[in-house]
Amino acid sequence: MSTTVLEGRNIVRDYHIGGGLFSGPRTVHAVKGVSFKVEKGKTLAIVGESGCGKSTLARIITLIDPATAGDLFIDGNKVDIARGGLTKEMRRKVQIVFQNPYGSLNPRQKIGDVLGEPLLINTDKSAAERRDLAMNMLKKVGLGHEHYNRYPHMFSGGQRQRIAIARALMLNPSLLVLDEPVSALDLSVQAQVLNLLADLQDEFQLTYVFISHDLSVVRYIADDVMVMYFGEAVEYGSRDEAFSDPKHSYTRTLFAATPRADVASIKARLAKKKAA
Amino acid sequence: MPLLEIKNLTVSFDTAAGPFMAVQGIDLSIEPREVLAIVGESGSGKSVAMLAVMGLLPNTATVRADRMAFDGVDLLKLSPSERRKIVGKDISMIFQEPIASLNPCFTVGFQIEEVLRFHLGMDRAQRRARAIELMTLVGIADPAERLNSFPHQMSGGQCQRVMIAIAIACNPKLLIADEPTTALDVTIQKQILDLLVSLQAKYGMGLIMITHNMGVVAETADRVIVQYKGRKMEEADVLSLFESPKSNYTRALLSALPENAVGDRLPTVSDMLFEPAPSAAGASA
Repeated sequence: MSTTVLEGRNIVRDYHIGGGLFSGPRTVHAVKGVSFKVEKGKTLAIVGESGCGKSTLARIITLIDPATAGDLFIDGNKVDIARGGLTKEMRRKVQIVFQNPYGSLNPRQKIGDVLGEPLLINTDKSAAERRDLAMNMLKKVGLGHEHYNRYPHMFSGGQRQRIAIARALMLNPSLLVLDEPVSALDLSVQAQVLNLLADLQDEFQLTYVFISHDLSVVRYIADDVMVMYFGEAVEYGSRDEAFSDPKHSYTRTLFAATPRADVASIKARLAKKKAA
Repeated sequence: MPLLEIKNLTVSFDTAAGPFMAVQGIDLSIEPREVLAIVGESGSGKSVAMLAVMGLLPNTATVRADRMAFDGVDLLKLSPSERRKIVGKDISMIFQEPIASLNPCFTVGFQIEEVLRFHLGMDRAQRRARAIELMTLVGIADPAERLNSFPHQMSGGQCQRVMIAIAIACNPKLLIADEPTTALDVTIQKQILDLLVSLQAKYGMGLIMITHNMGVVAETADRVIVQYKGRKMEEADVLSLFESPKSNYTRALLSALPENAVGDRLPTVSDMLFEPAPSAAGASA
């Protein structure tokens, strides 16, 4: 029996831009009524180009920004941060990993402190307990105990992304929002981080919301796919449905634009070039 | 005669911890009208090698080569001022971050016309006419109007089009594109790649694409050089590289592509690399 971890019904987010001296105020509709549902242990991928509202949606799901309208349910409980009343319990259920591992770690904080901080804020565990948990988590994400006292600048991009993932997992969240977690990484490092995410999902029964613009990564990792275009979900369905039979013309445009690295399409291109 | 011929190029940087070899003995040549892709991860020295050709490296870099000739001219023997007459005119380069590589203080029109004034000595009216022609060529709507725009008033894709307009302004013989689409969305990436390839075919330029994206390689290149840690791992035409890669590193890179995934885990480069010594593959290529 599968349980629904995350559900959004008609999520709307408007940003009001205050009028300047010469211009009137206006409203940007960043997310226009998006609904979705993710079951435990599954991955929902949100795809779209910059400015389509996918990161706004990520902020709403992560309980950073309130939605203007619509209902958000996490583990079956309705959450509305605009009305306050967000408990520490709710806060620890959802964690986020950001795109740029160079910007998302404090350069003056040792890795051990980076990992201990969520526990310090959200729990009343002692320093020794925090240290043990941090050490264990370092192992889980493929780093070692010797990394505990190092600073972020001593790590490569892939290692930093592992640290960011470790920090997000410190509070045993049920839902992890991954905002373009591999876009800044090299191909081989990307493969390692994707494998790590798959391992962690199996081990902790994690639910992922995976935001990306790279369709080949999405095809690899997602169970369900949502394609966003100008704030609307133009395509939403299982991965196989979305990839084999895209309904919306924008989804087809997106597929056509993705570079193909298989031998057949290279042959086709070379033949076309020769003919021209 | 090759358009650009490099033999045994070495670039080292002076650092506090002694010299760091970013490029270690790369050979490279490109014929006129050819599209060559240089693939590698960050730190493989692919950008540094091309910056050495352009003469754009900082003072801490030492460039050595047995031969570095462009169109029959030995680049190593040129004085800086002679080199500046070639760079930007016959060889030009497009960079990764379009918004960061344009000057925010000047209109895009000024920046396109600057090249025309410096290299071709056109007068004001000629420059304006050529700038409008270039903007039309790279597919910017309403070109005469947009010449007066500043970079921040344009999108990333449009800024990259302006960069391309500047690069092709003097009809270069060789265009070097350093990760031209990495900062762009897939749909825009497709448009920019199509634009580059069509311009290359139209004007018969040599085009060097520096990238880490195997998809971009597959969609554009005639011939491919794979680099790793400053060494050449493999050189092959695009079809045989994808069909039957010779070096372990190339095989590892290709199998790390998510679309090639078999099973529910991706093979990673470190799983497959360095069974035999990697430098042997580089030296024999």
